[in-house]
Amino acid sequence: MEAGGIENGFWGVRARGITKSFGEVVALDGVDLDVAAGQVHGVVGPNGAGKTTLLGLLLGLSVADRGSLEVLGKPVGRSFAAPDDVAGFVDGPGLYPSLTARGNLSALARLRGPGAPAAGIDDVLGQVGLTDVADDKVRGFSLGMRQRLGLAAALLTRPRLLVLDEPANGLDPAGKKHVHDVLTRLAADGVTVVLSSHRMDDLEALCSEVTIVATGRVVFSGPVGKLADASRAVDYRLVTSDQPAARQVAAETDGIWVIDDAGARPDRDVLVVRALQPALDELVPRLVHAGLALRELTPVVSPLESAFLALTEQQEADQ
Amino acid sequence: MTATIAPSEALVPRRVSVARGYRFELVKLLSQWRVRLLILACWIGPALAVAVVSQQTSLPADTLFGRWMHATGWAGALVVLGFAGNWVLPLLTSVVAGDVFSSEDRLGTWRHLLVAVRSPRRIFIAKALASLTILLTGVAGLAVSGIVGGLLGVGSRPLVGLDGHLLSPGDAFGKILLAWACVLAPTLALAAIGLLGSVALGRSPMGLLLPAFAGLGLQLAQALPMPAAVRLALPGYAFLSWNGLFTSPQQLRPLSIGIAVSLAWAVTATAMAYLLFMRRDFTSMAHDGSVRRVLAFGVLPLAVLLAVSAGVIAGATGATGSGIEKAQVQQSLATAFAHLYRQQASELNHVNVTEAQLRVTASCNKGGGMSVPEGPGNDWRCYVYWHLPDVTDATGQAVYQLDVNPNGRYVADGDGPTEVNGYFQVHTQYGNAPNPLWQFDGNVDLLSATSKG
Repeated sequence: MEAGGIENGFWGVRARGITKSFGEVVALDGVDLDVAAGQVHGVVGPNGAGKTTLLGLLLGLSVADRGSLEVLGKPVGRSFAAPDDVAGFVDGPGLYPSLTARGNLSALARLRGPGAPAAGIDDVLGQVGLTDVADDKVRGFSLGMRQRLGLAAALLTRPRLLVLDEPANGLDPAGKKHVHDVLTRLAADGVTVVLSSHRMDDLEALCSEVTIVATGRVVFSGPVGKLADASRAVDYRLVTSDQPAARQVAAETDGIWVIDDAGARPDRDVLVVRALQPALDELVPRLVHAGLALRELTPVVSPLESAFLALTEQQEADQ
Repeated sequence: MTATIAPSEALVPRRVSVARGYRFELVKLLSQWRVRLLILACWIGPALAVAVVSQQTSLPADTLFGRWMHATGWAGALVVLGFAGNWVLPLLTSVVAGDVFSSEDRLGTWRHLLVAVRSPRRIFIAKALASLTILLTGVAGLAVSGIVGGLLGVGSRPLVGLDGHLLSPGDAFGKILLAWACVLAPTLALAAIGLLGSVALGRSPMGLLLPAFAGLGLQLAQALPMPAAVRLALPGYAFLSWNGLFTSPQQLRPLSIGIAVSLAWAVTATAMAYLLFMRRDFTSMAHDGSVRRVLAFGVLPLAVLLAVSAGVIAGATGATGSGIEKAQVQQSLATAFAHLYRQQASELNHVNVTEAQLRVTASCNKGGGMSVPEGPGNDWRCYVYWHLPDVTDATGQAVYQLDVNPNGRYVADGDGPTEVNGYFQVHTQYGNAPNPLWQFDGNVDLLSATSKG
C-alpha cells in the first residue's frame, strides 16, 4: 500500500509517533499519519480529539513534543513556521473585516512578494464563487462566504499541501458545490489536501482516505470504503416499485432484518432493513428477480458516521 | 517508496520580509476607520482649535503659553503641545500601539498571519514599525497643524518665554520643533507600554486602555509631591520638561534626563513585549492574558527600571528633595519680572531700561513665614525689588502670590501695587492686552539647586 500510495516519490504528509501536550493535557498521543501526495484525506474525531492540534502542526503553528513529521517529502524543523508550499487554516479563516474580499487577497499577495508563486486574485475569487462580492467589505460576509474566502486565500499561494479545518462550516448548497469542485480539482492536479469536518457526507464525497482520531489517538486510518467492511450490521433505506413485496423478499432473505419501527419516520414508504454487507449483496438480486425496480438502497447512517460513532464510543469505553 | 531525506535537506520555510510585513500591517491599520479618523483629527483638529481659541476674548491662561495666544501664533502651537502630552498622545498610542496585537486576538487572525508570514519575530517587528509609523504621522500632524493654525489665526510675532524673555519668530519655530521632537521620547515609552499591554493582555480591553491609563497615571503622579529624582525617573516627565527649552539659559538637564528615562522605558517595555510574544502559544484561539504574565513581564521589569532610574538620578544629581527651594524660586521670579518689566515699559512707552539696570531681586516666604520655604504649594509670597534707573537711589517693590506646581512650573499673580502688577490694559502691536506683570508663568529648574550645591 505504501508504494502505491505515494506519487512523485514522496508522501504529502507522513507523521510517526507525534505527541503534543499542553501542560498536563495530552492533545496528541503517538499519532501516525500517512497522506499520499495528491490525496484528499479527512481527519475525523469528536470535539477535543486533537484534530485541530494535528492540523496546526502541519501548518507550522506548533511543534510536536515527540515524533517525526515530514511534509511534502521533507522533515519539518523545530521552529514555529509554516512549511513552504503549505497553506490553509484552522479554527476558521483569518480575515480582516475592514478590508474587502479583494483587499484581503491583494494584501496577502503583496505580502508574499512578486517572487512567490501566486494565482490571480480574480481567478481564485471565481473558483470559490465570490466574484460578485469581491469589492464588498468582509465585515458583512456570512460564515459560509468567509469560509470560501479563506479557501481562496489559501489557493492564492498555489499550495502543494492544503490544510483545512472544517471548511464546510456554514456553507449553503451552492457554496458547498464550489468548495467540493475546487478540492476535487486540486487533488486531480496533484495537490495534497488534509481536511477535518464534522459533516460525514462531505468527507465521504471528497476523501479517498480518512483518519479517525479520539482522545489524541488514531483509532482508524485507511480508505473510506474499508469502514463499510466493519463487522457491524448497518441500517439501509430501501425503496422499490412495490414496497410490500420488497418487505416480503427482505424478510425471506437470510441475514436481513426488517426494522419495523420505521413507521415513526416521516417517510413512511421507505423500508428500513438491517444487514451485513454479504446479506445485502444477496438481497439485491432477489429483489430484481422478484420483478421489483430498485429505486434506492442507501445507508440510513453513512458507513463513515457509523464507524466513527462505533470507534469513538469504543475508545471512550476502553478508557 | 518514501524518499530518504538527509537532515540538511530539512524544509526551510520561505519567510516574508520585514518590509512586506510592515506594508501589510500598515494596510490593515489604515483600513480601520478609527485610525484614519484619528490621523485626520491630528492633522486638522489643532489648527481649527488654535485658530478658534485665538479669536476668543478669554484665553486658556491655565495652560502653559495659553495667556499669550493673542500675542503670537507660536503660543498656540505650544498650547497644542501641552494638551497633546496630557491627553492626545496617550489616546493615540492606545488606539494604535495598544491595539496592534490584540486586534489579531479579537479577529482570530493570528494563525492566518503566522501561516502567511512564517516568522513571529518578523511579525513583531512589522507590527511595531507600522504602529510607530502611524504614531509619528499623528505627532507630525499635531505639530504642523498647531503651528499652521496659530500662524494663520494670529500671525508670527515674537514669543514670550517662560522667564519673560522674548524669542524671535525664527527662534520660537526652532524650539517648538525641538520640543515636539523631545516629546517623541515619552510618546515612544507610552507606545511601548501599549505594545506590551497588547501582547500581554490579548483580547482583554485593558490592553487597549493601558497607554491611556498609564498616561493618566503619570499625569496624576506628576501632580503629587515627591523627590525630584523620582519625578524625573517617570517616563512622562519629558511631556513637561520641554518647558525648559523656553527659558534663558535653557533648562536642559531635566529635559535630557527625562528623554533618557523615556527611551529606557521604551526599550525595556518593547523588549518585554517581544519576549512575551515569542513565548506565546498560538495554538490557543482565546488569549485573554494572565495576571501572572502581566506581573512578570510588565509590572516587575518596569518597577525595577523605575527604582534603578530614580537611584541613578538621585546619585548623579543629588536631587533627593522636591527641587523647589527658596533661592531657586526667588531667582526665577526675579529673572521673569525683569524681562517682563522691560516689556511693560515698552508697551507703556516708558523709558527703555535693561535688566542689568533694574537689578531685580526677590524675597520669598512660604505659608506666611510659618512653613519651611521649599516644595510646591500656592502659599508662596514673594517681594520683588528693583532699582528705578531714572530715579536716583530709589527702589521699587511689588508683591506676588505664587502657586508652584510640584513639577516646578508656577503662576505668579500680582498683588500690588496696582500700577505695577495690577490688572490694566496696555497697548501692544496686536491690540490691547493685560498688563504683562499682572499674571505670568515661570519655571523652576528642579535640578538647579543640586547643581549649584
